[in-house]
Amino acid sequence: MKVLVPIKRVIDYNVKVRVKTDHSNVDLANVKMAINPFCEIAVEEAVRLKEAGTATEVIVISIGNKSCQEQLRTALALGADRAIQIETDESLDSLNIAKLLQKIVEEEQPQLVILGKQAIDSDNNQTGQMLAALTGMPQGTFASLVKVEGDKVNVTREVDGGLQTLALKLPAIVTTDLRLNEPRYASLPNIMKAKRKPLVVKAAADFGIDLAPRTKLIKVTPPAIRQAGVVVETIDELVEKLKNEAKVIS
Amino acid sequence: MSILVFAEHDNSTLKTETLKTVAAAQAIGGDITLLVAGYNCQSVVDTASKVNGVSKVLVANNAVYEHQLAENVSLLILELASDYEHIIATALTTGKNFMPRVAALLDVTQISDIISVESSDTFVRPIYAGNAIATVQSLDSKKLITVRATGFNAVATDGNAEVITLNIETEANVSSHVSDELTKSERPDLGAARVVISGGRGMQNGENFKLLDGIADKLGAAIGASRAAVDAGFVPNDMQVGQTGKIVAPDLYIAVGISGAIQHLAGMKDSKIIVAINKDPEAPIFQIADYGIVADLFDALPELESKL
Repeated sequence: MKVLVPIKRVIDYNVKVRVKTDHSNVDLANVKMAINPFCEIAVEEAVRLKEAGTATEVIVISIGNKSCQEQLRTALALGADRAIQIETDESLDSLNIAKLLQKIVEEEQPQLVILGKQAIDSDNNQTGQMLAALTGMPQGTFASLVKVEGDKVNVTREVDGGLQTLALKLPAIVTTDLRLNEPRYASLPNIMKAKRKPLVVKAAADFGIDLAPRTKLIKVTPPAIRQAGVVVETIDELVEKLKNEAKVIS
Repeated sequence: MSILVFAEHDNSTLKTETLKTVAAAQAIGGDITLLVAGYNCQSVVDTASKVNGVSKVLVANNAVYEHQLAENVSLLILELASDYEHIIATALTTGKNFMPRVAALLDVTQISDIISVESSDTFVRPIYAGNAIATVQSLDSKKLITVRATGFNAVATDGNAEVITLNIETEANVSSHVSDELTKSERPDLGAARVVISGGRGMQNGENFKLLDGIADKLGAAIGASRAAVDAGFVPNDMQVGQTGKIVAPDLYIAVGISGAIQHLAGMKDSKIIVAINKDPEAPIFQIADYGIVADLFDALPELESKL
């Protein structure tokens, strides 16, 4: 069983985000970039499926300029077998990303596609579901447990009230939540080995898809800053202020 | 303009977040229709028909919609879509699950998690976990939107909408429901509660979360937790407030033993009044709290409970 894992290059989650002074976007110049944490969990899950003998091959894919090869190499070092980069300089809307991924799904015919539930930059939470729609596959989003059994995959999902388990016919789409697994660290020998694993580059323009933007970013501003209030000395004072000043309790 | 709003429910109760999503639809402006898709969900329909600002309630009552599987619900909305310029759902786990699927089937992209409306095609949404706020214009002819409920005030429920029963059954036959493992609680939903009290790593273990119970009982509060407390195994993940958990904006938020990591603040910083109880005076939570008290929570909590 082939497993396809699309990954995204994003700002490292430890970096403090700054908005450009002209409010055109956030400032990504000279900022540390990394594989999106949810995508890293997706890679880990695919590699574990291979280690368990369920998956035969793990293919990672990223869409972007040459710099995303860095994240593809990271995924190869974590245990993926080969990588595909779809080259583009544009920042594409999720729907266009899903359309490009659909083409790769048609070429590679994976039984399972595992994606992160959302990227920590755009916070859209939609590419996996869109790919599922375009390929006609069932979807198990926000997964905390994935079990492949015969021609089905059982996915336990983190939903508002607790957990929900669905059975999906393969081929299927899974998107990862935080508790699915804890990704490993790449060992030095594996990082060296990853440099020799195959990485194919394809041009986004060659797929014959209309990639015109679907959204226009008007502006990006910093969030409103909440002012610190007062430090009270006693519980009595706190209760008094909540009752009489804030009037949020009676 | 016509707007279709998906009603969030569990087949017995309409979620209050839907009332806020309807408010977002009103901000866009147009004739608003609510869609109730479920099974044996008459009580939801009864409530939905009273939501202010709604002219029609469409009811798809069928076993294939009982668990609101994305594959089936998206096909249902696809059948209805041609009548509407805007299709809107609440950014809760149900809406987040099926809405992008609808968007792709309609060949439009989705504007996720909006917190305000600029015009019928331009919306404001947080990005980078709320560390930046983007204003985005949709260039698609049809707008598919999910709404962060905390950005809007709930509409009232003294309306009288026309109820229309749909005779549609859309089943994709590729997915099925196996089981639910839902947390049982007598307390209000985190997303709907007027008061939320949350514990963090400072609670030290799951047993100590009981210290929050008495206060929650007196205030009618929901109990939440930080990701650190969830990751440490103190409490289940559905209690998590934060970027990767639930986004809440109650009138009163009490953070107990929570340092105030960015990812937690992303889930609660729009609360009206924030109280922080922490023994570390340097904890970042104090920088956003309206009222802070530097104290050992094991002393402060029993005293607070006794004085409420």
